[in-house]
Amino acid sequence: MNWEVVIGLEVHLQLATQSKIFSGSSTRFGAEPNTQASAVDLAMPGMLPVLNEQAVRYAVLFGLGIGAEIGQRSVFDRKNYFYPDLPKGYQISQFEQPIVGKGSFTVTLSDGRRKTIGITRAHLEEDAGKSLHDAIPGASGIDLNRAGTPLLEIVSEPDIRSAEEAVAYLKALHTLVTYLGISDGDMSQGSMRCDINLSLRRPGASEFGTRTEIKNVNSFRFVERAILSEIERQSDILEDGGVIIQETRLYDAERDETRSMRSKEVANDYRYFPDPDLLPVVLSDETIDTIRASLPELPEAKCERFKTQYGLGDYDAKALCDSQAMANYFEEAANAGGDAKLAANWMLSELAAQLNANNLALHQAPVSAGQLGQLIVRIKDNTLSSKMAKQVFDALWQGEGEVDAIIERRGLKQVSDSGALERLVNEVVANNPDQVAQYQAADEGKQKKLLGFFVGQIMKASKGQANPKLVNELLNQALN
Amino acid sequence: MSVTTRQLAEVATLARLQLRAEQAESVTRSINEILGLVDQLQALDLQQVAPMAHPRDEVQRMRTDEVTETNQRAAFQAVAPAADEGLYVVPPVIE
Repeated sequence: MNWEVVIGLEVHLQLATQSKIFSGSSTRFGAEPNTQASAVDLAMPGMLPVLNEQAVRYAVLFGLGIGAEIGQRSVFDRKNYFYPDLPKGYQISQFEQPIVGKGSFTVTLSDGRRKTIGITRAHLEEDAGKSLHDAIPGASGIDLNRAGTPLLEIVSEPDIRSAEEAVAYLKALHTLVTYLGISDGDMSQGSMRCDINLSLRRPGASEFGTRTEIKNVNSFRFVERAILSEIERQSDILEDGGVIIQETRLYDAERDETRSMRSKEVANDYRYFPDPDLLPVVLSDETIDTIRASLPELPEAKCERFKTQYGLGDYDAKALCDSQAMANYFEEAANAGGDAKLAANWMLSELAAQLNANNLALHQAPVSAGQLGQLIVRIKDNTLSSKMAKQVFDALWQGEGEVDAIIERRGLKQVSDSGALERLVNEVVANNPDQVAQYQAADEGKQKKLLGFFVGQIMKASKGQANPKLVNELLNQALN
Repeated sequence: MSVTTRQLAEVATLARLQLRAEQAESVTRSINEILGLVDQLQALDLQQVAPMAHPRDEVQRMRTDEVTETNQRAAFQAVAPAADEGLYVVPPVIE
């Protein structure tokens, strides 16, 4: 039977501030437990929250980045629930007056189709601590280092219709927030976590079906798998004539299934009310304009510019705009080398392969953009054949110094002096009379093959340094 | 508006409050008296009145994004009911 899938996503994004949203504790990841938890984070009596302006700035930057309404007056509320990693007994969040209102976001799918996904809202809140259930036998251990880390919760409209769309949306969101510099986007450290609201209905139905919420999925791959397994679970139930229970579920990656966490019907009352410890946040037009002025060029605009300014194809432009760092590297290499297409090719083949093989991020690459540019200069002025250029690239990667020094030291200059090459060509032709006779008797297809033999001999005689293009020209003259 | 003993039990569960069976009826009665008072307030026409969450007409001041706190774990854990390996220890909670 056919079902239409309806998905809305809530993304929790950790903002890249130095300190927490309401206290001066560090937000650095990976510290010893509870060494970054202050009296405010621990909810000691009498402690009061003081709002971090950078968290507000980042939230506004996001809102401007998706063209959303900015809440010029936003209010912090208390969301009440009991859990040991939430010492206050409530999470400071925003409910009725969020800092970012309605916006939208367009993503490109693998078949080239464009899809616009509505953003309902985005609001600021604090992260909770971490509960560790295996650290201490018979008890739970609480680490409050994460408590109070600023989060931006980005809520989408139920506009997503497949696992593929969900992943495309998340990837585009990830690219956007790292461009904006408001989050490191490191999913392995929980910087971007996702709750999935999913229901099924008959195609064409106007009402939504009953939904379930899958909590805390923290990788693109798990989002895809969690959605696929939940679709299967719900359609099995519906096709057997059953009903879906509205509940919160957890995705178990090991078993590749979702399972029930708690029933939401009773537990859902968070008793939101405005936090009396925090006054309304009011942003003037000037403040918003100042933040707007700091907006960087966004991924889509950059991608379009790469196509028109550098004449790149769609695929290359998109790949290079995947991250700000990649795009910057490309522009520097292209400008230094004077050939954008070559810069793109080298980055997406050789450089990408090396980074991949060594499990490095771009900013860790031992070859700088300037060095790649210099390499391209030497390819363009015919000093290096593409084969030689690969050797130089490997030497750069090994840290053997600058391009020209490597060429010099390794004696890698390509011979493009036609006089010297002509002598070589004539020598090889004279030394191989049988092959010459074969060549002259052969048809065109076979000639090509035999030409390869001569080129090989000449390259060998020149120790690989002959300019292959020139060799081909000279050979053609000598043989025909 | 009024609540039943059963609704009260649900709210108590959410608030992690232990309500003894013999208390249930009297607490329900007290709460319904309070709700009766709220009903009287509901009779007021407040269409033109904006909700007041904060008594003073001021806006939130913000601080610059700087780390100002140092590690005080030893002091905090000295007054905690239980701590081990740097963690605060609580009865097991697994969902």
